[in-house]
Amino acid sequence: MQNIVERVLQGDRRALARMITLIENEIPQARRYLSELHLHSGNAHIIGITGSPGAGKSTLVTHMVRELRQRGKKVGVVAIDPSSPFSGGAILGDRIRMMELAGDPNVFIRSMASRGSLGGLSASTRDVVRAMDAAGYDPILIETVGTGQAEVEVMRTAQTVFVVCAPGLGDDIQAIKAGILEIADVFVVTKADKPESNQTAAELSMLLSLAPHKRELSWKIPIVKVSALKNQGIGEVVDETERHYRYLLESGMLATRAQRQVRSEVQNLILQSVMNSLKSQVSDEEWLQFANEINQRERDPYRVASELEQRIGLKH
Amino acid sequence: MATTQTRPIRVLVAKPGLDGHDRGAKVIARALRDAGMEVIYTGIRQTPEMIVGAAVQEDVDAILMSILSGAHMALFPKVMELLRQNGVDDVLVAAGGILPDEDLAEIQKIGIKGCFGPGTSMDEIIKFVRENIQADRLTVDSEE
Repeated sequence: MQNIVERVLQGDRRALARMITLIENEIPQARRYLSELHLHSGNAHIIGITGSPGAGKSTLVTHMVRELRQRGKKVGVVAIDPSSPFSGGAILGDRIRMMELAGDPNVFIRSMASRGSLGGLSASTRDVVRAMDAAGYDPILIETVGTGQAEVEVMRTAQTVFVVCAPGLGDDIQAIKAGILEIADVFVVTKADKPESNQTAAELSMLLSLAPHKRELSWKIPIVKVSALKNQGIGEVVDETERHYRYLLESGMLATRAQRQVRSEVQNLILQSVMNSLKSQVSDEEWLQFANEINQRERDPYRVASELEQRIGLKH
Repeated sequence: MATTQTRPIRVLVAKPGLDGHDRGAKVIARALRDAGMEVIYTGIRQTPEMIVGAAVQEDVDAILMSILSGAHMALFPKVMELLRQNGVDDVLVAAGGILPDEDLAEIQKIGIKGCFGPGTSMDEIIKFVRENIQADRLTVDSEE
């Protein structure tokens, strides 16, 4: 059988689907495959779409994909929904709004469960994007879990970040102004058929004007109003996407962002290895014993940590 | 290099055809979630092309179709045929809803492994999925 990496590079959709399964489950071969795929990646514009639950992320993605297809693009989508903290199961429902795209051979949509990651993505999202990139999808849209205030992980994977705001939630602006406001490259106000959307856009505009220092001086963060109901604004959203990518290329910011991302990526890989070593070298029974001893004040967490660091070779 | 690692089961729950009654499908999706599975729920009014397209991209272990409209003998064979055309031969397919007894033999013949009518317990469906998906799909190892 032909090597799965080659099949992915040739655009075999089943091979890509299987590759994503291997990546998502962190099987030992996945890193080797990803090393190969890395050589063929780096061509895709990676766009993150984040915002609170129900803001309209999936609908926006669906309409964006439709517009991008009309512009002749081959589009990848990674849509993340939360895993249950109790059963570990998940209901991945982002496709409900995207089903009209399911039969298009130039669109590849993959749903992922967050599997305990708290940043709005799943641990392997970046690697899945890499596989899609190598398979020739460009752009790739990442739809995060419905977020609250602090799920900013998407900025470490995407090159352009959309923050989606729905009107009519008075507290919405409050909710986003700390963490999420800062990561937006483009604001999208959804449900623009509702009159309240004007106020949402105005509040965002005011908040932006209040910002004491601009993150990137030469990029003025646009606020785009869209309505899926009236089919308005989608062309403008995609225009802004392309304009932002051009800005990133021309200003050199693409390279600057990539530098930051590489650092967090390699750090994460190492952290993952550490967690895996712990998992394989410390049994559940032993953890229970540690817990008891620490609670009885026979030991303390700091000495236990030192001991385990030695055991997995982090300290000598 | 074989591994014994397992992963969550991925299931596609789909409603082919035109009936819009998806309470049963949602109850099943929820029960599978609570059994630790990752359930891709696609909503109502799906064509066979949409279902198979989603199954391929999502690399699911099982497809569960719910249908109440009576169009199953038109839609199920189409789904199975499209799966075959796409080279999908390792995915468990099962069906539920209103499926008359006289159709069951034919449904099984085209490769649909289980049929679940009204009154089936959730435990039975969960057990069926766990026992009938291809075990080697879960212990993912090299394809080379």
